[in-house]
Amino acid sequence: MTVASASVVAARRTITVERRVVIGGLLVVLGLLDALVFGYLSPPGHAVFSFTLTGAAVSVPNLSVTPRPVCVALGALSCVIGAGYVGFRLSRIARRVAAGVCVAALAVAFLCWADAGRIPLPFTSLLSTTVDSAIPLMLGALSGCLCERSGVINVAIEGQLLTGAFGAAVVASAFGSIWLGLLAGPLCGVLIAALLGLFALRYRVDQIVLGIVLDLFASGITAYLYDAALVPFANRLNSPATFGAYKIPLLGDIPIVGPVLFDSTIFLYITYVAIFAVQVGLFSTRWGLRVRSVGEHPTAADTVGINVNATRWRNVLLGGAVAGIGGAYLTIGSVGAFGKTMSSGLGFIALAAMIFGRWTPLGGVAAALLFGFMTALSGVLGTINSPIPSDVLLMFPYVATIVAVAGLVGRGRPPKADGQPYIKT
Amino acid sequence: MELKLRGVTKRFGSLVANDHIDLDVAAGEIHALLGENGAGKTTLMNVLYGLTQPDEGEIEVDGRRVRFRSPKDAIDAGIGMVHQHFMLVPVFTVAENVVLGREPTKPFGLLDRRRARGEVQDLSNRYGLSIDPDAYVEHLPVGVQQRVEIVKALIRQANVLILDEPTAVLTPNETQELFRIMRELKASGRSILFISHKLKEVQAVADTVTVLRRGRVVGSPPPSATDAELATLMVGRDVELRVHKEPAEPGDVVLVVDGLVVRDETGRIAVDGVSLEVRAGEILGVAGVQGNGQTELCKALMGLLPVDRGMVAVGGRDLTRASTRAVLGAGVSYIPEDRQEDGLVESFSVAENLVLDVYDRRPFSSGISLRPDRVRDAARTSMAEFDIRAGSIEVPAKTLSGGNQQKLIVARELSRETRVLLANQPTRGLDVGSIEFVHRRIVANRDAGSAVVIVSSELDEIYALSDRIAVMYEGKIVGVVPPTTPATELGLLMAGATSTRGEEGLPGEEGLPGEEVSEVQPA
Ligand SMILES: Nc1ncnc2c1ncn2[C@@H]1O[C@H](COP(=O)(O)OP(=O)(O)OP(=O)(O)O)[C@@H](O)[C@H]1O
Ligand SMILES: [Mg+2]
Repeated sequence: MTVASASVVAARRTITVERRVVIGGLLVVLGLLDALVFGYLSPPGHAVFSFTLTGAAVSVPNLSVTPRPVCVALGALSCVIGAGYVGFRLSRIARRVAAGVCVAALAVAFLCWADAGRIPLPFTSLLSTTVDSAIPLMLGALSGCLCERSGVINVAIEGQLLTGAFGAAVVASAFGSIWLGLLAGPLCGVLIAALLGLFALRYRVDQIVLGIVLDLFASGITAYLYDAALVPFANRLNSPATFGAYKIPLLGDIPIVGPVLFDSTIFLYITYVAIFAVQVGLFSTRWGLRVRSVGEHPTAADTVGINVNATRWRNVLLGGAVAGIGGAYLTIGSVGAFGKTMSSGLGFIALAAMIFGRWTPLGGVAAALLFGFMTALSGVLGTINSPIPSDVLLMFPYVATIVAVAGLVGRGRPPKADGQPYIKT
Repeated sequence: MELKLRGVTKRFGSLVANDHIDLDVAAGEIHALLGENGAGKTTLMNVLYGLTQPDEGEIEVDGRRVRFRSPKDAIDAGIGMVHQHFMLVPVFTVAENVVLGREPTKPFGLLDRRRARGEVQDLSNRYGLSIDPDAYVEHLPVGVQQRVEIVKALIRQANVLILDEPTAVLTPNETQELFRIMRELKASGRSILFISHKLKEVQAVADTVTVLRRGRVVGSPPPSATDAELATLMVGRDVELRVHKEPAEPGDVVLVVDGLVVRDETGRIAVDGVSLEVRAGEILGVAGVQGNGQTELCKALMGLLPVDRGMVAVGGRDLTRASTRAVLGAGVSYIPEDRQEDGLVESFSVAENLVLDVYDRRPFSSGISLRPDRVRDAARTSMAEFDIRAGSIEVPAKTLSGGNQQKLIVARELSRETRVLLANQPTRGLDVGSIEFVHRRIVANRDAGSAVVIVSSELDEIYALSDRIAVMYEGKIVGVVPPTTPATELGLLMAGATSTRGEEGLPGEEGLPGEEVSEVQPA
């Protein structure tokens, strides 16, 4: 090994050591939070969790715990994990699991503290709301991944969700077919994506500004059409049927897990397929290798015969379709009728999830679930009369993203050529 | 494979970069292309690789006329090119980079990583390239990255391999390694087109030499020709290969660096407690294998990287945390290592680039307005003085040849009054004539009373210029030695061996650095 490569390897090692100390330390802090804040500040009384939804085949008894010892135990667990993180060189998967367990412990400690002495907290329904509210976020994050991995910044997710929601509602309502609505959602997303592609790739407009303009455009045009057509003809154009839940046989009957993961609308199942397809596609296929090369080093891709702009076009359109499905979920997957600006910033949270997940599909999905949990939690805290204002929880995605972007928890690395138009010399 | 170029002509506006060039490359030969900066070597290779379309002329492969509309056509015809700026995706593994564009797959388009790895391993073994298919390219030293580029060409069955200034960024050992590989490829019947400005390298590996000057072929000397003969043919005049300089007459200490600690962009400590003193009228050469903190040292001095600890002062003024503008204002001139990243605004014109750091001063501005006429006049003078070859002073800097971009920066930095001249690889990519010229100007700068710091990984350059040599290794100065030190000893220091002499020359914590350094100065 040459001198230079030895020093490079040494350099990598020092970085990991520092990162290990920072992240391990953070996990210990989370543990102390569990034990000292949630444990010792818990009001007297039990925290009760209910797991059985009405009509479930198998019923699980309620769980009643005394918050303090549970929180302390969870805190101790986190501290041990944090210490292990610093002390041992863990594999990548082990590091993820460690961080995941500590975050979950924090969530549970929080719930114990919040529910102490109050009415039972519907745990299963909390999780199931988490997953449902994460669907558009997950699809939006996947859309972002598809675009940005090929080197195009997609700030237009919000607009794609909104037009997707609009198109799905109108088509499903006008033709009386939710299946046609399911087709129309992605098509509308693709429409916005086509504008993104046209101006970003053809005319090389600044992609962030362009994305925001497209979001405004989407919100403006759907609002106008809503007022002009959907309000006067609400019966014909804005009363779509919605997809019902489909319980997967056997799997759906598993206590807790079943109702959360395997008893939902087709949108959740589509999301599963999309997650799998994007993750495997990007990292294990020829297509993915080429996409990523275009996003990282377009000139290199070009010199080996890969068509940079064609690749980007394909990915931008595909991303639009995926976000459009997420939009369709907002109408025909849940509430039915379209409402003005009903995406209400979900696209931006999806973007944040993608960044928080470091431009990877699975990371984005994990972040989307975390953000979805915050949304669900703010609802549940209301039902159990917790004093915590729900708006504080809803701030969480943004705070988390700023923390992630600022590099406090290890800097995510965007594709090198993200946002840069490719000009052939 | 036999390759013939006939009457290849390429014009850029009024500039004729290639003027009816004929070139024959036989199978199994190493064909060196020599020529001064801007002679048209890169342009010719770009034509051959399908990156540029020629205005006239034709290319024949094994007697058949071909037309390359894109690199893909050239690749299909068996031509491979290792670009001066590597075309590798840093976050991909070696195997992924090599197979990109022609990936082996399993059903459903899944990558066949095993096969990709195997193919790379095979080629690597066959030519003794020793590259690890699973390593990430960003972790590899440039020498290995270059071998990855070679494998990339070989796996595409390249029979003709173009290497455009491949040794410019290599350490001496890596260069020797590259030559071994080139000979190996030659033995397997492949031809290599090799561009270099280093005459010794050409003499060492080439079978045939073609010299270009101002876009034309001016001769095909045998590789056994002497340095002087080759240089004269390239430049069209006699070249002094080693500049003459009087012994230094050091004055007051101008630049003081004390216990400097700097981290690079990734947070790693790159400069680890460096202390230096440089006097007016002397040249301190900083020798060392690339990547041992030299670049970070320069950037920190210029205020381009934050200083972790320690102190920097120029002429008694503390500049440790000063802005780059303040450092420039204190009379520091800087020739950066990476000319395209740090040295130029590529889309600005030559004239604008020549005043980048003085545009806000007289005579180029008055009040708040720029005086374009003065800028143009100064640019014309500099162009002539430094022999910068470009279509005009109005063309964007990015269209200049690599060496001419470098000359542009040197011209800008040497044209203003300086107290300190800080030059990182000042002659990278320059032809022999230009090196001579730049070296003379640097010595003149010293004699005019500047404190000069030259960072170079070329030992020849270090010896040619330095009055004292500091050797850097892993972020530390491991020795300060006189220029009479033999190259073998310097080589050892650069590889991390600490010599007793080096320790003495190292400024200690307890005393004034300057005093101890002067002990080992030549008489
Ligand atoms: N795209 C372009 N537009 C205008 N002029 C160009 C362009 N590309 C090259 N030139 C000009 O053509 C001439 C030949 O350039 P080329 O890069 O081939 O030189 P070179 O022999 O490789 O020099 P060096 O040794 O400095 O790399 C130069 O004067 C350069 O300014
Ligand atoms: Mg060149």
